[in-house]
Amino acid sequence: MSETQKFQGSTEYVASPELLRSVNIAMALQKPLLIKGEPGTGKTMLAEAISKALGKKLIIWNIKSTTKAQDGLYVYDVVQRLYDSQFGNEGVDNIEKYVKLGKIGDAFESDEQVILLIDEIDKADLEFPNDLLWELDKMEFFIPETGKTITAKQRPVVIITSNAEKELPDAFLRRCIFHYIEFPDAELMEKIVRAHFDNLEDTLLKHVLDTFYWIRNLPSLQKKPSTSEVIDWIQALTIAGISPERIEKEIPFAGVLLKKTEDLETLEKRRK
Amino acid sequence: MFTAFFYLLRSWGVNVSINEWLTFIEALEKNLHGSSFTGFYYLCRAILVKSEADFDHFDGAFLEYFKNVVPTKEIPDELMRWLENPKEKPGEVDKMRGAKNALLSDEEILKMLEERLKEQDSEHNGGTYWVGTGGASVFGNSGYSPKGIRVGGESRYRLAFKVAGERRFRDFRNDTVLNTRQFQVAFRKLRQFSSRIDAPRTEFDIDETIDETCNNAGNLKVVYQKPRKNTVKLLLLIDSGGSMEYYSNLCTSLFQAVSKSNHFKDLKVYYFHNCVYSQLYNTPSLYYNDSVSTQWVLDNLDSEYKVIFVGDAAMAPWELTGRRFGSDATSGIEWLNRFKAKYEHIVWLNPDRSLWGISEEEREWADNYMSYMRQTYNFLRTEFDMYPLTVKDLERALKKLMVAK
Repeated sequence: MSETQKFQGSTEYVASPELLRSVNIAMALQKPLLIKGEPGTGKTMLAEAISKALGKKLIIWNIKSTTKAQDGLYVYDVVQRLYDSQFGNEGVDNIEKYVKLGKIGDAFESDEQVILLIDEIDKADLEFPNDLLWELDKMEFFIPETGKTITAKQRPVVIITSNAEKELPDAFLRRCIFHYIEFPDAELMEKIVRAHFDNLEDTLLKHVLDTFYWIRNLPSLQKKPSTSEVIDWIQALTIAGISPERIEKEIPFAGVLLKKTEDLETLEKRRK
Repeated sequence: MFTAFFYLLRSWGVNVSINEWLTFIEALEKNLHGSSFTGFYYLCRAILVKSEADFDHFDGAFLEYFKNVVPTKEIPDELMRWLENPKEKPGEVDKMRGAKNALLSDEEILKMLEERLKEQDSEHNGGTYWVGTGGASVFGNSGYSPKGIRVGGESRYRLAFKVAGERRFRDFRNDTVLNTRQFQVAFRKLRQFSSRIDAPRTEFDIDETIDETCNNAGNLKVVYQKPRKNTVKLLLLIDSGGSMEYYSNLCTSLFQAVSKSNHFKDLKVYYFHNCVYSQLYNTPSLYYNDSVSTQWVLDNLDSEYKVIFVGDAAMAPWELTGRRFGSDATSGIEWLNRFKAKYEHIVWLNPDRSLWGISEEEREWADNYMSYMRQTYNFLRTEFDMYPLTVKDLERALKKLMVAK
């Protein structure tokens, strides 16, 4: 692997050394990288950072509960073709006109190597990952309607994220490089925050992070605040121009950090 | 290479396949670990372990296999900086001097390092005495002493052990308490699909379309059908207050997971204290004003509901069998039997830790002080399918809910 192909993190995305290692291992072994972690630890942003750092195009395939594996490969629009045939439109004989490539198909057809992000794979049906085994392994798929095989021109770098809502099948896991993003500690968090804000007062940041980790460690929280929330919070605090001393005492804009009424009540109680 | 480690991992419960192992060997050949021990640790973990639940087992196996390493004391940062930038290339003389050090024992070397750390106040490169780079002192890096303690430099044996030794992922183990996500994963298993439901017709029905088009004299008529949906209805009854306070976090997680699982056709959650009596409460605070009568529940929720009781089943025996106060003269066990009579699918989840892997002292305490309360547990265990509240057992319990009696 040449030096230029190594991912080192970027100015906007601060990654832990372990994460950098995993990314580079996955790229060297040409295997999909499966990223798991709490919501808000920057799983999705990682793919963007990699694509920027390596100067490669990013193709994002957002998975929803109704997404099927087939959608990522290609869609054959039968209904449109039937309608067209009724009115004798031109090109009805040409099946290819009705075969539209999905995100994986796009990634395979690209002339340059791309980054393919399969976001939140666990949202889909339990069998979904199994349906993609061959395609991700061999980097090719067959379209029976046209008799064509689509093979990756350049093997894409595949990044898969999961919130662990569903367990992924073993056969699928065995083909991936796995990385679990831990919640960043105060030191890494400071770096992350600084990557987002250019000039932040030290005292303000210290008060913010102290308060943030104190809230996070409250035992009975139902939804713990995460990185994206603390960044929103700092944004709110700086815009309102709140002095650092008041942060710990009053916890202004607590609603930015805690999204549930029960959690806000817990915070109220603890503060007294 | 390391084949024994492969089997050790499997014996620790990390289910490594041959495929993954070959990938790992391939990665080592490509030097993806950067010739460092820390790199080796992470490379190994990224390829061989596929769930954070297994990280702890992996750490355990890793420590067992690679444990023979000399631990070092904390080294001041300043010293580390000098050591990171060697200024001198080692010479022949150092090698000869270094040979002497081979006679020193590990204890002697450790003691010398401690003394030296007290004395040393400046940078050293080369030489035989101080901590530094090059040279033949027993401390430092890039030197030529055959024995001694590496201080700084690339090897970083210590770091890998520190990471593995911390066992930070102990919390993720499957046999420990469940969290919300794991609950959710388990509850997804609770489903029964059917297309006989009220839902918009969104799926393209090929057969019907062909039939309808033929009947329509060849003019296209597209037909859609209803998608299949889950038909499971769930009734969750949670013990609240008293001895259940210990498990309130666990029960909250369970409630969260169930209420977030939007794949049930219907979900009802009620609370009770110790045992089910004439009233079921809408909140865990058990306010009488915010309750429904148990009879109403029995009358209105049809027998297709699957019922899950959550409770430690620990109470004074009279609470279960005795007549209750007021006009209502039905005992707890009678209420429970009514549930059993009405609903075919009932399981009882028990969060009591004394059921599944506690320390010896805790068990002793439980046996001595809890024996009175445990009578009811022993009784209810024979009456209901009771499962401890862990990932594995929850899955068993849910499977039980899905099959007929």
